[in-house]
Amino acid sequence: MTKIVAVTGNEAVANAFRQVEPDVCAAYPITPQTELMQRFAAFVSNGQVKTEMILVESEHSAMSACVGAAAAGGRVATATSSQGLALMWEILFIASGLRLPIVMPVVNRALSAPINIHCDHSDAMGARDSGWIQLWSENAQEAYDNTIQAFRIAEHMDIRLPVMVCYDGFIISHSIERIEYLDDEVVKNFVGEYKPLYPLLDVDNPKSYGPLILTDLYHEVRKAHSEVYKKVPQVVLEVAKEFEKISGRGYGLFESYRLEDAEIGIVILNSAAGTTKDVIDEYRDKGVKVGLLKPRLFRPFPYEEVGNALKHLKAVCVLDRADAFGGSFGPLYLDIAASLCNFKEKPILINRIYGLGGRDYMPEHAGQVIEELIEIAKTGKVKVLKEYIGVRE
Amino acid sequence: MTTPLNLKELSKKELRFTAGHRLCAGCAAPTVVKMILLAACDYPVVVASATGCLEVSSCISTYTAWKVPWIHNAFENAAATLSGVETMYRALKKQGKIDKDIKFIAISGDGGTYDIGFQSLSGAMERWHNMLYVCYDNGAYMNTGIQRSGATPTFADTTTCPAGSVIPGKPQHRKDLTRIMAAHGIPYVAQASPSHWPDLMKKVRKALEIEGPKFINVFTPCNRGWRTRTDDAILLSRLAVETCFWPLYEVENGVTRITVKPKEKKPITEFLKAQGRFKHLFEPGKEKLIEQIQEMVDKNWERLLKEEEMFAPKQETQ
Repeated sequence: MTKIVAVTGNEAVANAFRQVEPDVCAAYPITPQTELMQRFAAFVSNGQVKTEMILVESEHSAMSACVGAAAAGGRVATATSSQGLALMWEILFIASGLRLPIVMPVVNRALSAPINIHCDHSDAMGARDSGWIQLWSENAQEAYDNTIQAFRIAEHMDIRLPVMVCYDGFIISHSIERIEYLDDEVVKNFVGEYKPLYPLLDVDNPKSYGPLILTDLYHEVRKAHSEVYKKVPQVVLEVAKEFEKISGRGYGLFESYRLEDAEIGIVILNSAAGTTKDVIDEYRDKGVKVGLLKPRLFRPFPYEEVGNALKHLKAVCVLDRADAFGGSFGPLYLDIAASLCNFKEKPILINRIYGLGGRDYMPEHAGQVIEELIEIAKTGKVKVLKEYIGVRE
Repeated sequence: MTTPLNLKELSKKELRFTAGHRLCAGCAAPTVVKMILLAACDYPVVVASATGCLEVSSCISTYTAWKVPWIHNAFENAAATLSGVETMYRALKKQGKIDKDIKFIAISGDGGTYDIGFQSLSGAMERWHNMLYVCYDNGAYMNTGIQRSGATPTFADTTTCPAGSVIPGKPQHRKDLTRIMAAHGIPYVAQASPSHWPDLMKKVRKALEIEGPKFINVFTPCNRGWRTRTDDAILLSRLAVETCFWPLYEVENGVTRITVKPKEKKPITEFLKAQGRFKHLFEPGKEKLIEQIQEMVDKNWERLLKEEEMFAPKQETQ
């Protein structure tokens, strides 16, 4: 029996943690993640889970402790945002390089300076090449569902890689939404018993973690590591299929919304996809053939599948909630451009930066982008390739 | 069933840090590690190391010198990493998935302990993890080529504070990490030296029997960085103790006790003159600098004696 509740995104994810019941959780407070780990700590204090908490002195130590705990041989989770993720950066690579299946919700928030506690995607984008699998979530339900699936994906014996579950700070983390919780038992059975691989605590069979590898082998080790990521999309799809059986909710590598017969399209991550879908419906009613692609598995990026889903369009706008400085495009734009670059027939692409530091993304912004795409599809001309939208005059 | 700490019994024990590691000839670190693991011979142990000489030289590609489970994460996080391992151990023990009594030991150099790793060490001690953190203190960043650290002694010549015509080596004091660790209020803190191996091994043994966080700072000569002969590590560590440059003491539950008192306190010059990194101090006109070092050593030693006296059992008065 699923239970329908009205909760914040953080509360939903805290409940996913409670149901999965990791053996060890590290926590350090950072807005807007704070509420998530506070709620989970309350479950620990009240004996609802047998998880051991490590209340560390920094995010750097949070990730370091997670590496130690995961190498020791048990299920491990933590969570972070913004500067916290940036502080973990060094150890993110070590977690993935050592193939440790750590799960970490990232409640997306802008990076300093200037300091800003509100939503954008610059934190997770900064960690996109760290070897972590990244799942992105439109709303609290998806954040909850992705968190549960993340444990199965991370711990899959074919990959053993850490997973980030991204969802928008405040917009999702602190807003109350309707959520369908799965039964505790159903989640427990779905994630199953943790299977350790080369546990450090197996003292009778000692293992050395974290060797020095020099020029003779480093290149080969990295190549082998890179090969593992090829298996990830298949694992993500398999886990999604099984998750659909227990939840009735289907997930893919990305979501296509009214895209098949579309002529123009928008690519956008997380919560802004919801707003965009509403506006797309309005334009569809007016006869405009517009659709949306919302990436879910952002790392590793499913280039081939995404390219095939977009190649038939005339014009596409990629909306980025993070900028890449140095005159470059937004990070999502670069991936979409790469996924289309080898097709003979392909859409004209534009890049719009929106919603930095919690700036609202309004329906009229989506409307403005669609109007522009209609014009580009008609004329084949692009006025500005990359531009900020929603800027105060 | 405890193995007595004597050579006859210890020689029967397996070395858990093997030959074939790539540490420099004459390095004291492998000697220190072997002593620690021999002292812990009655227990299964898990070891964590910070990035440093010991780490890069003991586990290369598919070879490892560690016969115990060992983990290296990064430079500044041996304590945080081991706190994760130890917490998982408690979690799995509580669940009945592990029944062994395992001990947890971090072994890191002074850079990874006094400096970049200090936050992680302080945090792990404050959280009261059941682990022993050992610093092998060779007084500089030896792995990267002898740069000064918070542990580098005053006026020592290093590559980032070279003894020059204006600045005579490292101008600042050495950070007294052992006292800082004692100020954490943890149950056991000690200073040890491989020259006094029964004292060192007793301290390790004692620390492992105590529940909670423990810290031992071990004097570990480095012939490359100190510009000394390759066979002088033990001689130099003995001189450090006999000149009271490196007093052997422990702070157990807040009570300070000097464990080895030199019969005759030797002048600091005996320790300094054997090392190339202090060569410039023996040039004419630099006598004041040696006097300054002697004053610092004397002051620290006297303070330690007073501290011990403060905690000494009071004489019964009739």
